Amino acid sequence: MSDLRDLYQEVILDHNRNPRNFGPLEDAGLRADGHNPLCGDKLSIAVNVVDGVVTDLRFEGSGCAISKASASLMTESIKGRTLDEARKLFDRFHQLVTDRSAPPDEELGKLAVFAGVRDYPARVKCAILAWHTLRAAVDDNQDVVSTE
Amino acid sequence: MTSRAENDFGPDGEVFDVERIRALFPILAQRPGGQPLVYLDNAATTQKPLPVLNTLSRYYANENANIHRGVYGLSQRATDAYEGARAKMARFLNAAEPAEVVFTRNATEGINLVAQTFGRQRVTADDEVVISAMEHHSNIVPWQLLCEEKGAQLRVVPISDSGELMLDELASMLGPRTKLVSIVHMSNSLGTINPVRRVVELAHAQGVPVLLDGSQAAYHMPVDVQALECDFYVVTGHKLYGPTGIGALYGRRSWLEAMPPYQGGGDMISSVTFERTTYNEVPHKFEAGTPHIAGVVGLGAAVDFIESVGFSAIVEHERQLLAYATTALEAVPGLRLIGTAPEKASILSFVLDGVHAHDVGTVVDTQGVAIRTGHHCTQPVMERFSVPATARASLAMYNTTTEIDQLVTALATVREVFG
Repeated sequence: MSDLRDLYQEVILDHNRNPRNFGPLEDAGLRADGHNPLCGDKLSIAVNVVDGVVTDLRFEGSGCAISKASASLMTESIKGRTLDEARKLFDRFHQLVTDRSAPPDEELGKLAVFAGVRDYPARVKCAILAWHTLRAAVDDNQDVVSTE
Repeated sequence: MTSRAENDFGPDGEVFDVERIRALFPILAQRPGGQPLVYLDNAATTQKPLPVLNTLSRYYANENANIHRGVYGLSQRATDAYEGARAKMARFLNAAEPAEVVFTRNATEGINLVAQTFGRQRVTADDEVVISAMEHHSNIVPWQLLCEEKGAQLRVVPISDSGELMLDELASMLGPRTKLVSIVHMSNSLGTINPVRRVVELAHAQGVPVLLDGSQAAYHMPVDVQALECDFYVVTGHKLYGPTGIGALYGRRSWLEAMPPYQGGGDMISSVTFERTTYNEVPHKFEAGTPHIAGVVGLGAAVDFIESVGFSAIVEHERQLLAYATTALEAVPGLRLIGTAPEKASILSFVLDGVHAHDVGTVVDTQGVAIRTGHHCTQPVMERFSVPATARASLAMYNTTTEIDQLVTALATVREVFG
C-alpha cells in the first residue's frame, strides 16, 4: 500500500474525483484533442491566450486517475502564466515524471505530487498527455495528438 | 479457500494435478515484490514449460543447421526436426496432411498471407469480405488494406449485448459478391466461442470460403479443421505455450495450390533463371528464406506438451476455473463483466465503477497480479460496449482458484485506494 500511496497521492485522488476547470470553454480561441491509444485516455483542451498570457483553459474527456488529475492540476498551474512560462513548466514536468535522478524542483509546486509516476514507466504517458495536448493547442495547432 | 481435490481430476483415470503442471513453468516461481506471481494475461501470451525451453536449447546445442539444402547429416537432422514439427502441427489441427500447414511468424502473418495471396487473386471491385464486430485488429486491418486496394467492401457482422455473434445478420450478408468470411473462433476480449461450424455451413452454402482466427481457441480447446470444414485456420505459437515469432496457417491443399506465392526468395522456388522462375510445391511455396527453424521445433514441442496434458483435462480445469472466477468477480461491488455469452472460455473482461481500467491494472500489479488493461487490440469491441477500456484476466491450464482469490483481494485494494 505504501508504494501505491507514492503514486496515488491524496492530491491526485482528489483531482481525479473532482477535476478542476473541467467542462467546455465555449469561446476558446485554441483547442486540441489528445489521445492515448494504449489505455483509451481521451481529452480535449480549450485555451484562451491574450497578449501571450493564458487567461483561461479548461479540459474535457475521460481517462485514468493519473491522466485526469494531471490535466486538472495542469490547468490550475498554467492559468495566468505566459506561454513562455508554460513551455518551461512543460519541460520541468516532463523531467519530473521521466527522470529518476532529477532533484526536487520547487518551481513545480503542487505538480510535484506526480513524482511517483517515474517508477511506473507504463503510466508516464498518462501523466504527460494533457501537457502534450496543451502544447499542440498553443504551438503546433495539430488537430489530434497521440502519445503513441 | 479451495481444497486441492477440486483441482485434481482428469480423463481416463489420469489425474490432472495443477501443481505438477505449474512445476513445469519456471517463470511461475517468481516472486515479484516478495509475492507470488499471479499471471493472468494468458490471452496476450502464455508462459513456456520446460519441455519447450529444453527443446529450444537442445536444438541449438545439437541440431542447428540450415534446412532443405545441406547434404551433410546435421542439415538432414535439422530438416527432420523442422518437418517433424510440421507433422505435429498437422496432427494437432487434424489437417489432412502436413503439406497443408504453412509456418508463419504468428497468426497476424497467417491472415496477411491469405489477404495478400488468396485475397488479391480473388477479390475485385465491389466484392465483399465479411468479418465480425469482435475481431482483433489483426483480422480487421489486413482486410481493410485489401478492400482499399481493390475497391471492395468490408462487411461487419454485429454482436449482441452479451457478446454473441448475430448469425442471422451473417446469413443475410452472404451473397454472390462475398468472397471470404473471416471470423474469430474465440474472442480475445470477450471470451465468446463462436459457432464456427455453423458459420462455415452458412458460408459454404453460398460457395463462400471461411478463414478462422484460432489465436485464442487453439490453446483452450481441441481444433479439428476437417470437422470444421474451414478453408483456412490460423494459430500463433506463443499462445500455445510455445516460442514467440512462430505461428501456423492451415489451408486446404486445393486453395494453397491455387494461390500465388506470398514472398519471393530462397526455398520457395523449384528453379530460377532470369527469364522464368517456377515455384516450389506447397507448403514450401509460402515459406521464402530461412525460416524460424528453432521456433518451429519449439512449437512442435509445445503441441506435444499440450497433447501430453490432454485437452479433456485442460478444458475441464479451465471450465471450473472460469465458473469459479465468474462467481468471485460478480461478487465484487461495482464490478461489471463485459462478455457474458453462454458459450465462452477463459476470459474475464471487466470494468469497475468509478475506476479506470488502467488504474485497476497498476494497483493489482503492486499486489503481484498481472492482468491486461486497455482495448486488447479490439477497439470496435470497446466502442460496442461504450467503455474506453476494460481490465482483463485470462486463464491458462496452470492457473488456480487460489490465484483468482488473490485477484479478488487485489481488487479490494483498488477500492481501498479509490474509495
